[in-house]
Amino acid sequence: MSTEPVLQIRDLEAWYGESHVLHGMEFDVRAGEVVALIGRNGAGKTTTLRAITGIVKKRAGSVKIDGTEAIKLRSDKIAKLGLGYVPEERGIFATLSVRENLLLPPAVKPNGMTEAQIYELFPRLQERARSQGTKLSGGEQQMLAIARVLRTGARLLLLDEPSEGLAPVIVQHIGRIICSLRDQGFTIVLVEQNFRFAATCADRFVVVEHGKVVDQVASADMDAKSGELAAYLGV
Amino acid sequence: MSYQALMAQLAIGVSNGAFYAMLSLGLAVIFGMLNVVNFAHGAVFMLGAFVALFLKLQLGLGYYASLILVPIIVGAFGVLADLALLKRLRGLDPLYGLLLTFGMTLVLEGIFRYFYGSAGVPYSAPEGLVGAVDLGFMIMPLYRFWVIVASAVVCFGTWYAIERTRLGAYLRAATENATLTQSFGINVPVLLTLTYGLGVALAGFAGVLAAPIYSVNPLMGSNLIIVVFAVVVIGGMGSILGAIVSGFALGILEGFTKVFYPEASNIVVFVVMAIVLLVKPAGLFGRAT
Amino acid sequence: MTSKRSELLLVIAGLVLLLVLPHILYPVFVMKALIAGLFACAFNLMLGYGGLLSFGHAAFFGTAAYAMAHSTKLWGWPFEAGLLLGVAAAAAVGVVMGVLAIRRQGIYFAMITLALSQMLYFLYLQTPFTHGEDGIQSVPRGKALGFIDLSNGLNMYYTLLVVVLAGFWLIWRTVHSPFGQVLKAIRDNEPRATSLGYNVDRYKLLAFILSAALAGLAGALNATVFQLASLNDVTWQHSGEVILMTLLGGVGTILGPVIGGALVVTLQNYLAASGLPVDVVIGLFFIACVLLFRRGLVGEVIAWNERRKGS
Repeated sequence: MSTEPVLQIRDLEAWYGESHVLHGMEFDVRAGEVVALIGRNGAGKTTTLRAITGIVKKRAGSVKIDGTEAIKLRSDKIAKLGLGYVPEERGIFATLSVRENLLLPPAVKPNGMTEAQIYELFPRLQERARSQGTKLSGGEQQMLAIARVLRTGARLLLLDEPSEGLAPVIVQHIGRIICSLRDQGFTIVLVEQNFRFAATCADRFVVVEHGKVVDQVASADMDAKSGELAAYLGV
Repeated sequence: MSYQALMAQLAIGVSNGAFYAMLSLGLAVIFGMLNVVNFAHGAVFMLGAFVALFLKLQLGLGYYASLILVPIIVGAFGVLADLALLKRLRGLDPLYGLLLTFGMTLVLEGIFRYFYGSAGVPYSAPEGLVGAVDLGFMIMPLYRFWVIVASAVVCFGTWYAIERTRLGAYLRAATENATLTQSFGINVPVLLTLTYGLGVALAGFAGVLAAPIYSVNPLMGSNLIIVVFAVVVIGGMGSILGAIVSGFALGILEGFTKVFYPEASNIVVFVVMAIVLLVKPAGLFGRAT
Repeated sequence: MTSKRSELLLVIAGLVLLLVLPHILYPVFVMKALIAGLFACAFNLMLGYGGLLSFGHAAFFGTAAYAMAHSTKLWGWPFEAGLLLGVAAAAAVGVVMGVLAIRRQGIYFAMITLALSQMLYFLYLQTPFTHGEDGIQSVPRGKALGFIDLSNGLNMYYTLLVVVLAGFWLIWRTVHSPFGQVLKAIRDNEPRATSLGYNVDRYKLLAFILSAALAGLAGALNATVFQLASLNDVTWQHSGEVILMTLLGGVGTILGPVIGGALVVTLQNYLAASGLPVDVVIGLFFIACVLLFRRGLVGEVIAWNERRKGS
């Protein structure tokens, strides 16, 4: 593919207070791709997402979203570049109802899904629209967290461990949703511990260790390299 | 104690409670969003009364015009104060916010005291609100009645705006998790500044309402604010409704105390606070911290 | 070793200065500054080492002042007995306020202490023995140890100096004692201190009572020196003043509050003579302190010194 990547990360450094977490991350994500960041706990996967969104403020290097340099921007301005973020542990607001949670993020690009389209995709959310956000089950909260960014028109989605803490049958369901999003042309960066789950729809794996990219494996080469991947993950 | 006297004190109690409610509401909203206990809330209340006085003396603008204009002027003052001063303390220990706003209080009160001394300047109620109203079960000064109604409307309006509107959802979300809210593309820094402006505007509005009751004087706010702090400790700062309810309730309690044991009327709120701290330290409506 | 030696030299220089100061400056002014310094140091015990901001320390200062004034004037008690009663009364108020206030932390602690001290203010406003707005006036200075006539300015000064230095010494010892270490551990990481098995609330309460008692010592001395105990001593503005002294000098330093106290007293003296509005200037100092140098003067010097050593 010759087109410019939707997300281009070069030499990305990030700090939490004094502790230096990312040491020169580099990878690209092209339009319509699903890329999974994998690696052990504490390797810097979540921090990578948080550095892209601007939530981690102390960072250096380059993050280009659709060609625009975002490293110096504030997180709300970065979102407006067309980024949708589904945080670790879903980030559902307890003081907001399900519907308020859903309607919270403002549109960042045109042609986001309407509320009706969302409810068609996730009928459960309509049934529970008036309940308190955190009264939903874990799976429902995860759907809400994904649905929330689909409304905004963002075409680049960052998903942080969508399978975490969910029952296997729910995980499969979430997996199908992510695959269908890929089929609709969304570009997705996925952080996952659950390798099997990531494998269901990822086009490519980016292996992170000690705040750096140490390997990239296309999903086609998976079988050949499964031993190496297992070693990276320490399983 | 006659029925009429009891009712008269009750009326005073409820209208005092109205001021507690409006002020503690503003404090709670500001604290929720900015993590700042706004000591200057009393000074801004005083500022509101003085601005109403100036509008009358300098521009000949009446009470009703002030009721609209003063919150705008005072709110703008709050926005500027936030941008120039408070904004620099974001993310620091909330004690610094308390100390900064304490300094603002000294400056504001000091300026007015320098020009006006500690004596009050009278501000008369508009003609339409002078006199008494017969509520059936009691006869009440019309102006007190108006204060109760106006503050109930304003409190309800604020509650509605926070709990039922889109902007309110932004505020609640940012109160709960500002970082995440901002990462969704919401301009949280602007929201914080506006919240301070709005909370302060509410105090300014209360100041105008108070002008005809208490004489307009430089210290009218600072003694009130400490009682309001106690109200806020009693209600717990996490709850909008809690602030409103405990404000009115304590005003009423104070009114009754004036009837039955007048010596204790200005300490009763503090006594209640002490009891609440012993029984339910997080406050009546508060979540445990 | 050299830093120990320079510390010792500093202390000796300070003592010499304090001995000759009343011959250079107006003794009452120096006494006022010393009392302010002791008050601020006592307050700092709570904020700097306990991590809790009390907004009600005027209550202790004022209570002790009333106890001193009342006992020496109406009961004819000697200076030392009045001093003890003042300290005891302040400590007793400290127990009550402490038990209530330590149930909440941080910002709530500040609001609760403020509210409780305001309650005490209203009580003092109404009870007859304080003489309301007039205060207890012409308090006799009496004789220290039965023979030192305190109505003499220099006698008063040196007696006060001894008492104040004893107060400083106690604070210094407390901060450097195992008790002080635990207090600092609680300030820095309360959950950790709890998990180490310390009864955190008990430590906080003890620190609060000690701080209250020492603030009382300052208040009792104040009543004797100025021969007056008044409502002004109990106001929230007075509580705010002691915060400013501490902040200006340096929170959590031994010397800072003393210097801050002297600075604020000097400033007030200067402003009173100039006709400028005192509160406005004090408020501006407050704002400047919070925005520009939160470490305070002494804190900035220490930080500068460490940076210099580091590089």
